[in-house]
Parts: sequence; structure tokens; C-alpha cells
Amino acid sequence: MAELTYREAVARGIAQEMERDNRVVFLGEDVAKAGGVFKATVGLYEKFGPLRVRDTPISEQAILGAAMGAAMTGLRPIAEIMFSDFLAVCFDYVANEMPKLRYMTNGQLTCPLVIRTGNGGGVRFGAQHSQSVENWTMMIPGLKVVAPSSPVDVIGLMAAAVRDNNPVIFHEHKALYAMKGEVPDGEIVDTLGTAKILRPGKDCTILALALMVPRALEAATILAREHGIDAEVIDVRSLVPLDTQCILGSVTKTGRLFTVEENPRLLGWGAEIASIVADEGFWDLDGPIVRITTPHIPLPAADHLEDLALPNAPRIVEKISRVMNG
Amino acid sequence: MTSSKSTATLHSPPANDDIGFDTRLELYRLQIEVRDCEKRAHDLFLQNLIKGTSHLSLGQEAIAAGFGVAMQKGDKSFCTYRGHAHALARGVPMEGMLGELMLRDIGLMRGKGGSMHLTSVEHGVMGSYAIIGAHLPIACGSAWRAQYLGEKDVSVCFFGDGTTNIGAFHEALNFAVIWKLPVVFVCENNLYMEYTPIGEVTAVPHPAADRASAYGLERILIDGNDADVVYRAAQAAIAKARDGGGPSLIECLTYRHSGHSRADPAKYRPPGELEDWLTRDPITIYRKRLAEFGIPEETVKAIDAESKRKVEEATAACKASPPAPVELLTADVYADGGWAWRN
Repeated sequence: MAELTYREAVARGIAQEMERDNRVVFLGEDVAKAGGVFKATVGLYEKFGPLRVRDTPISEQAILGAAMGAAMTGLRPIAEIMFSDFLAVCFDYVANEMPKLRYMTNGQLTCPLVIRTGNGGGVRFGAQHSQSVENWTMMIPGLKVVAPSSPVDVIGLMAAAVRDNNPVIFHEHKALYAMKGEVPDGEIVDTLGTAKILRPGKDCTILALALMVPRALEAATILAREHGIDAEVIDVRSLVPLDTQCILGSVTKTGRLFTVEENPRLLGWGAEIASIVADEGFWDLDGPIVRITTPHIPLPAADHLEDLALPNAPRIVEKISRVMNG
Repeated sequence: MTSSKSTATLHSPPANDDIGFDTRLELYRLQIEVRDCEKRAHDLFLQNLIKGTSHLSLGQEAIAAGFGVAMQKGDKSFCTYRGHAHALARGVPMEGMLGELMLRDIGLMRGKGGSMHLTSVEHGVMGSYAIIGAHLPIACGSAWRAQYLGEKDVSVCFFGDGTTNIGAFHEALNFAVIWKLPVVFVCENNLYMEYTPIGEVTAVPHPAADRASAYGLERILIDGNDADVVYRAAQAAIAKARDGGGPSLIECLTYRHSGHSRADPAKYRPPGELEDWLTRDPITIYRKRLAEFGIPEETVKAIDAESKRKVEEATAACKASPPAPVELLTADVYADGGWAWRN
């Protein structure tokens, strides 16, 4: 057991898979010699050398295109897109090329690769370097989408993503890179498509992802202490595949569902889950499903404004206590 | 084509001939088969037996043939929606190609991809990409894999003149050069970017060749209607890539005889332009070439007859083929063969 930061977990997760499989290669901007702009890939270049850990030009289309071409002919690349906002400059590969390859070729080709990307706000980078774009990728058939919230999940889900035979979008949260957590020694391999109940509770279910997970946990502590509400907190972890059974099971038990989403309001991941629960868990619900999200605005850079925008523990507590206690 | 090959061996090629009879007959065979097959695709479209769209390579056959013959087994082709010719040139059976255009079960992808996405991995056809520029970086990735694993195959990427104005073209060229990748970029300059003359929307007269120097590459501009010229350029670039010499960019000047796609009657052409180019039809040029090299007319006619027979046979097979079973609708979304996104 060791204490690792989230950013150290990224490097360890990649290293674990590169040690295991020579076909795993890694490319991106400033990822090799500089160890990544978020220092999340420090040491990989030194350990695995310039043929497997490669710096690229600022060419997001070339990065994802090359990763795809390598994946469909035998390698298992990990590509970094530095900020998830930049997925928009190479979205052809994310939306049109990678996820359709297997389907359009009637199974002749597959695309086993991982796109890891720095997602999310709270770091005062402004509107184009702070977005939570999980839903950009969640909506596309053929992709898998994960967003870990802790160092141990980073390693385990990275391993699962690299070993998966599909294109996997791996959203790392920028505001979590400094977060510390206990990590067991030895190989860690998790399972895509599994949510995790982090705090069992009986009164309501709170779903959260990435940075919203520690905030939801903090809110649950306050809700119990100050409002007598025993909330169950679930880290969704994987949007595609989605662990619907875990979510529906929890709603059956609690009868109330809240989602805490960092994304702007419209069509955030919680909207799809709310729809599923409304369809399939309606008779278990004791009240409306409530989504707690960032308002439908771009994110400002100013710290006090950004803090107003993103859901935080006081806002979660306020909303849930008001809804639950009338 | 054993009969024509054995006929060819009756003649000795001239001492200075670098190509040889057997290869020339193969270059001719591929060109005429592409020509006949594309004409058939046009006819089938008019009969409403091909749905959706279709982008023909009529007039551009020499490029597919020249590269098809120069490429070796294991080499990889990355094509565009104008890719029927390149699939055939790598040995894809006509019924697989036409069947996909007709969206039947016999098609290369059993109708799931359609005319713009012809793929046959067993023939090295690693896909046809219909969003301009996307496949240049993808070809780089395939070449990177070959370089990394020490495999000797070369990735060849075909695209039109219009592609040279999209960002992915420039990203891919820079990327291929800095990583010295075994990839050959082939620009088929047929003078029109869809409906617009390429010269009207490009900063330089030769959209690919004139950009080569920006990436430290040799300026290569060739007659894309002469299969011998294409074949020689292809051989040189592929050999260079295979030997670790890095990428090449080749601009092939050509002309498409038909419109951009099925929907385009090509009314934007100036009067006489098509007629001028028809005098430089690659098939006509090559028939003359074969005659110059003493290949008997009967041999050429036998190849022509065989091509027509194959087209008829393929058409009949496609017409007889049912549509794919409906189970394919949700198959192969994910690598486990299914489409499950939740439990």
C-alpha cells in the first residue's frame, strides 16, 4: 500500500500496461521529455524510451489519426489530448472515424485505443480549458467513456481501458491531479461499466462523477449531520457502458435520485440517467429526480465566479435538504 | 489471365524496357476492369439498383492500376469515397465491390458501409474514408505501426486535390516527415474539388506538388493518365518507404470523365475540356502503348473479353444476392460483436 497522487496514478497505470504489453505505445504533446503539462506522465519516457513514448507536434488530428491507424493495424496506443476542450479540434476521429470503424467494416477492423484527456474546471483556466465534456463523448455509439475520481480508480480503469478492444475516452479531472489516495501494491485492473457505492445510505441516492464525487461525499456528511438525511453516494465512474443496475438498485432502496454534474445543464450525463430511471424505476421513486448542474453558461476564469458556477457541497446540501425536507 | 500472360511471354521485351510485358498486361487488365466495373456501377445506378451515392473513377484508372501493381501483398491502401478503383486494384473481387454498392449481403461489408467505405482487410484495403483528409493521419498511424514493429509493409494513401486544403493534410505530412514514416501520399488531381475548379480555391497551381517543399519533400508531379509513369513513380516511392527513406508525396494529374458523384452532371466544365481530356484517356494511351511494345491485338481483346465476362458474372451474383440479415443492424458496434451500452 502506498499513497499516490491522482497524477502519479496516471503514470503508474500507463507504466503497468506498457510493462505488460509491448504493443502499448503512448503519444501526445509534451508527454515524453517534459512528462506532460500536468506532470501526469513523468518518468515514462525515461523508462520506456523514445520509440514507445513520443512527443508530437500540436496536431490533434494527427495524434488521434495516427493512434487510430496504429490501433487498427496491431498496436494499442494511448493518445493524450491535453485539454478535453481540444477534442473539438479533432472531433472527426472521436465522432466519425474511431467509433464507426468496426460497424462500417462489418467487424473487419477494430480500434483498441485510449484517449486520455484533462477534463473539467475549478482551475481558473477560463471557458476553453475548463469544460466537462463527458457528454460530448457519451452520445456516440461505439465509444466507451470513463471518468475516474481517485488514484486507485485511475490505475484500475486505465488498465481496463488499455485492455479493452474499443476506443475508450478516459477523462482525467484536472482539479483532482493533486488529490492523494491509498493504492495497493502490485497490478491493479478494474472493470469498465461498473459504478461504485462509496457511501451507503437509505434516504436518497446521489450520483456523481470525477470532481463531483468528493463534493457529493462532503455534502452527504453534512446532510447526515445537519439535516438527518442518510444519502447513498455512487461514483458512476463509467458512462459507457453504464452500470444501470447499480443505479436502479440504489433508487429501489432510497426512492429518491439526485445527480451532481459539472457539465452545463443541457443534455448532461445525468439527463440520460434521469430518463432511464423515469422509465424503469418510476414506481420506486418517492419524488422527482433532481439534477444539480453547472448553469447553462460557459465557465468564467475569475475564481469567485467559477466557484459560483460549479456545484459544490453547500449547494448540493441546500438543494437536497430543501427537496427532501420540503 | 494465364492465357494472355503466356501469349506475352512469346515476345521479348526491348532491352531498355524497365516494365516488361507481364507487368504491362497486368497494368492494362486492371485499368480495363476498373473502367468496365465503373461503367457497370453507373448503369446499375440508373436502374436504381445502387442506392445512396457513388463516386466513379472513370478517367482515373491509371493511378489505381499503377499503384495496385507496384504494391506488394501486405502493403496497405487507404482510400477515399472515390475508392472503387483502388479496391479492385488490390485484388478485391468485383462482386464484393459492386455488391457493397448495391447494399447486398454479398458486398464487402454486407451493405453496412456502402460505396464510400469499401474495406477489405484481406486485400490490404484498410478502408475508404469519406470525410476529407481523415485518412492521411490514419495512414501515418499504420506506417508508425510498421516502423515500430519492424514490419516491412508500406501504407499508401490516396486522396483528391480538394484534400490538400484541409488541415489534416498538412498535419499528416509534417507528422510523416518528422517521424520518417513508411507512407506514400498520392494526390489524384482531377482538377475539380467537387464542383469547383481546384485552381480557384488554392494558393498554388499544383495543390500537392507545390506544397511538398514546405515539408522538405521532393516535388513530384506526374502524368496520372499514363499507367507506366504512375507505376514507375509508385515503385520508387514505395521502395524508398520500405527501405526506411521516409514518406513521399506524389501529385498525379488526371481528369474524371464523370461528375463528382452520381448527383453531379458536371455542367461547370468549360466547353471542350472533357473532349480534350478524352484524347488523353488512360485506356487509349495504354492500348497504344501495348501495340508499340508489340503485344498482339488478340491478347488485348482477350483481356477485354475477360473483363466484360467478369463484370457480367459479378453483376449476376450481386443481383442474386439477398440483402443482409437484419441481425446485422446492431452487430459490431463494439468489439464484442454487440451494441450493449448498459447492463
